[in-house]
Amino acid sequence: MNASSSDILTQGLTVKLEADLDKNFGETIAREAHGEKLFGCIQCGNCSAACPLSVWMDYTPRKVIAMVRAGFKQEVLSNRTVWLCASCYQCTVECPKGIKITDVMYALKREAIENKVYPKNFPVPILARTFFNEVKRTGRINEIFLLTIYYLRYNIFKMLGYASLGMKLFMKRRLSLFEKGMSDKKEFKAMLNQ
Amino acid sequence: MKYLYYPGCSLKSSGKLYEISLLAVLKRLGVEVEELENWNCCGATNYMSINESYAIEITARNLAIAERMVGIEMIVPCAACFMGFLKTQKYMESDPVTREKVNDLLNKAGLSYTGKVKIRHPLDVLVNHLGTDALAKTAEMPLKGIKVASYYGCQLIRPYATFDDQWNPHTMDDIARAMGATPVDWPLKSRCCSGSMTSTMTGIGLRMNYVILKEAKSRGADVIITACPLCQFNLECFQGKISRKLKEDVRIPVMYFTQLMGLAMGIPAKQLGLKQMLSPSLVLT
Repeated sequence: MNASSSDILTQGLTVKLEADLDKNFGETIAREAHGEKLFGCIQCGNCSAACPLSVWMDYTPRKVIAMVRAGFKQEVLSNRTVWLCASCYQCTVECPKGIKITDVMYALKREAIENKVYPKNFPVPILARTFFNEVKRTGRINEIFLLTIYYLRYNIFKMLGYASLGMKLFMKRRLSLFEKGMSDKKEFKAMLNQ
Repeated sequence: MKYLYYPGCSLKSSGKLYEISLLAVLKRLGVEVEELENWNCCGATNYMSINESYAIEITARNLAIAERMVGIEMIVPCAACFMGFLKTQKYMESDPVTREKVNDLLNKAGLSYTGKVKIRHPLDVLVNHLGTDALAKTAEMPLKGIKVASYYGCQLIRPYATFDDQWNPHTMDDIARAMGATPVDWPLKSRCCSGSMTSTMTGIGLRMNYVILKEAKSRGADVIITACPLCQFNLECFQGKISRKLKEDVRIPVMYFTQLMGLAMGIPAKQLGLKQMLSPSLVLT
């Protein structure tokens, strides 16, 4: 057998020993996503066809489901794919088996954060985290603060690309630095800190 | 009938033209609204990605306040807030463990929620409560000959909303028709605008908005109307950048449906925020 045919045999294949898979991963995610019937997935691919973002994903939604239940925990959680889900719920309403795929994606995002294996310096989880902290801190989102903190944490130079748009909106009085916050944050904060 | 009103964060900042035009239109129609006291952010998609319990709890807090204010029906204009409320209600209704845990937290904060509040989107109130006949009567300056592409986006109709058809939504088209305009039939009315991806995965976000703008234009639309602050912001504020980058003119007026209604009702442009738009103005013939 020459070299090129062995390339064909291995190219694009994820070779993993069964012993290295996380056998409980599928059940963990199904539970996290409110008992979603992942194991009832028939791999029809309607979700991937419906998803407006699947063309940019490393693994399409159909493949994600297959990998989750087979136990490819590390591969799924450390990949950017789940973070490309914009939660538009198109897959959820298209699934013939009634699997709430968007909620599965949410469960995977939370699991990746919990296990600290989400892709580092990838903008989507940084924005999510910044948003989360801002609401915890103030109860409401001020979009200017939110985006400034986000870009400081992600990449300040990227913010320059939005400078002219920001300026135009500011001139049109579409942005405000000071918005009315919550009149009383005590009880809100107490609730989150329990 | 008087409604409670939950604006959410966007309607107080980047989506403030939605708020002013909505309130102007409701006032003209005699619908009274009162803003929810001391409300907090709904958590949007980000809370669901980080901590689902928190997402449910903070939204339940808003519901509990609504119940305390004896608000039976609450208007929620932002699609993300709207979906968040419906999701929280669904989880609390169907899962006793969640319900008990959330109510426990609420009780400690001196609040409680028994499930009485009905969440309604303005489109639902206008079309299903007031009715298009009543709306048509308010159109002092019917938008004759104006072709409208209604853009519903995602979370407004999916996956929980029942006020409109998830597969082929029509409430915004009904309103456009009542205002004398002509709705355009197009296939992307509920395709995702990429949400906050215009700030994170910029290339992808711009591409997704390009597809929507181009489709609306090629179907002959004079204006795109939306009912979500994020959809409106993406389609309006990035169309210049998209046109420059792709060397193709996809600029088109992108308005909130309430701004279009206000125009037909003869509400002055200034009160609808039409002078503050970045996209081209809608030319009335």
